[in-house]
Amino acid sequence: MVVTGIDVGSRAIKIVQMDSSTLSVVNMKKTETTFNPKEQILKVMDGLNSDVYISTGYGRKLVQDVCGCEAITEILAHATGAKSLFPEANSVLDIGGQDTKAISLEKNGQVGKFEMNDRCAAGTGKFLEFMATSFQIPIEKFGDFALKGQPGLAINSMCTVFAESEATSLMAKGIPSEDIALALHLSVVKRSLSMLRRVSDVGPFVFSGGVAKNRCVVKMLEDELKSSVFVDEFPEMVGALGAATFAIYKFQGTRKNIAK
Amino acid sequence: MSQQYESMWRELGLDLTAHDALLKVLAQGYHDIFLSQANRPTGMDYFNFVVSEVHGLRIQELMDAKRQGRKVVGSYCVFVPEEIVLAADGVCVGLCAGADFATDEVEKLLPRNTCALIKSAFGFKLGKVCPYLEAADMIVGENTCDGKKKSYELLGPLVKNLYVMDLPQVKSEKGREVLRSEYWRFKEEMELLSGVKIDAERLKKGIDAVNAKREAVHRLSRLRNSDPAPISGLDSLLINQIYFYDDPARFTSSVHKLCDEIEERIAARNGVFPEGAPRILLSGCPMAVPNWKLPWIIESSGAVIVGEESCIGERGTRNLVETTSESIEGMIEALVDRYFDINCAIYTPNPGRLDDIKAMKSEYGADGVIHYGLQFCQPYQIESIPVEKTLEQMSVPTLRVDTDYSMEDVGQLKTRIEAFIERIK
Ligand code: SF4
Ligand code: SF4
Repeated sequence: MVVTGIDVGSRAIKIVQMDSSTLSVVNMKKTETTFNPKEQILKVMDGLNSDVYISTGYGRKLVQDVCGCEAITEILAHATGAKSLFPEANSVLDIGGQDTKAISLEKNGQVGKFEMNDRCAAGTGKFLEFMATSFQIPIEKFGDFALKGQPGLAINSMCTVFAESEATSLMAKGIPSEDIALALHLSVVKRSLSMLRRVSDVGPFVFSGGVAKNRCVVKMLEDELKSSVFVDEFPEMVGALGAATFAIYKFQGTRKNIAK
Repeated sequence: MSQQYESMWRELGLDLTAHDALLKVLAQGYHDIFLSQANRPTGMDYFNFVVSEVHGLRIQELMDAKRQGRKVVGSYCVFVPEEIVLAADGVCVGLCAGADFATDEVEKLLPRNTCALIKSAFGFKLGKVCPYLEAADMIVGENTCDGKKKSYELLGPLVKNLYVMDLPQVKSEKGREVLRSEYWRFKEEMELLSGVKIDAERLKKGIDAVNAKREAVHRLSRLRNSDPAPISGLDSLLINQIYFYDDPARFTSSVHKLCDEIEERIAARNGVFPEGAPRILLSGCPMAVPNWKLPWIIESSGAVIVGEESCIGERGTRNLVETTSESIEGMIEALVDRYFDINCAIYTPNPGRLDDIKAMKSEYGADGVIHYGLQFCQPYQIESIPVEKTLEQMSVPTLRVDTDYSMEDVGQLKTRIEAFIERIK
């Protein structure tokens, strides 16, 4: 049986297909969400073959409208995905395009306490993206750029707009832009960590979401946590993977403790 | 109904255009949130009617009462003893408001970081849309949280007759003395306002009427412990909201009638949610009409609310007034005893509230607790952290939600609440 997890995030739609007998991933797909998510969902689902679909992410209800499948929240999806990749994990931090979540996992893999950022996108992927643009550096290279900076500088504002003006005035003072970029990364890390610590400070930690591809954020997280963190090769697919895994647990009735 | 009541509204000085707009939103919201629920008890018809006439027939009744010389008293807090108002032949109505209105005007008077409940009360006054407020012969404020205490200083000049009651902050003998002397003072004020001398017989009638009303909602609460849930949390909240507006005797008999029907439903295992649906206890700030946002999100996500530890709910209606005394002194003392025990977060410390939450959790078989804090409400937001910690330590899943009346966070709240429901399923 082929199962499909569809994660409709604010920036990208991610699809993971798995074979339920081998528990292996057989297909992965990713596309922009754009301003017309429904059309994008239809497009990306076109030609997919699957016995079961499960949707997640902020657009999970849209997928339900399209194919009548079951939907689970991104909290459960990320917890399930992270636990299936790293069974020993106790805590998950996910920093995506427009939201951040921190989840503590119970021993059996079930979701314990969790937090999400509220109304504003400060401290999410969007924040870094905005800053990279104003530095005129491609977002994929922004982390490596920041890693060249000297530590010691602090950006005090978490608001995207104010942080940018803080960065601009630091630049005007002649401070190297690598240093400023490093400080911006640190502010994202600090904010995410305070959320993570509200729910759990027990490792091992899984770091997922698009921002987990940023080596600078990963390194700073590890420094702050004084522990290494697990990052999957495709961290932005963890939600979709979790949805697909959930489908397997659910329809096979196995690992009930996770999928419950 | 607009035409029929227009002259009455004009007489009260309402802004008819704004008022019309408010009624439209209310009717639409009510339709989408309440009338769309499946398999509601037919006993809810009465409450549907009350809501549809909340600014019509009920106001008409208040105006008729006023013409007969009775006084209308509006209050913002469950510490204001309705018994004393009734004893003076008065009518007591709740004025708490659950919708943003005239926010720009309000923010000229109050800082932005004032809780939505207070802002809304001002908005209804400044926007001239609340017939209860305009019909009131006296408005009773109380010294509870700092936000309310200080904002009454600003409300005073805006309304015709504001009376402020002092309230204790500590459950000590001294605190009890404050409440006692304030209730005596309030009794005198009511006598002055109404020209009615409150004697033992009158006060007893007042106490009996309010006790009966409380008993009715207690009966309803008890019935909510069955599974499948025989009535939704939304409908129960609505009844608790109407508690503050309706004629006490009529309200009491309507709740009992509904309870009779609910008992039959329980016997027939006829629920409004499937058996085994996740059960939630709500705890926190009061939810005034038409603030239905959070319960609506919870129940449209498949969980049922089985109790409200709230002033519009059990914190406000818990405990009856002792009726053993025949003297006026004894009865006032009995009132003091009952009200002093309200476990509101303005008390410090306030351990009784946590005990109530635990007791309600097991009484109603809740699987988890959602703590509702209004943004900028210090008393409840500060209590929410120890409440959450203690409950989680007892393995009671708890979710803290801080929000306000706006709709901008609905999507985000929905995700958090659905995830919480996944957690307790
Ligand atoms: S929460 Fe406290 S201050 Fe507010 S209505 Fe209830 S008793 Fe009064
Ligand atoms: S909700 Fe909190 S801040 Fe607002 S009036 Fe009530 S106690 Fe005061």
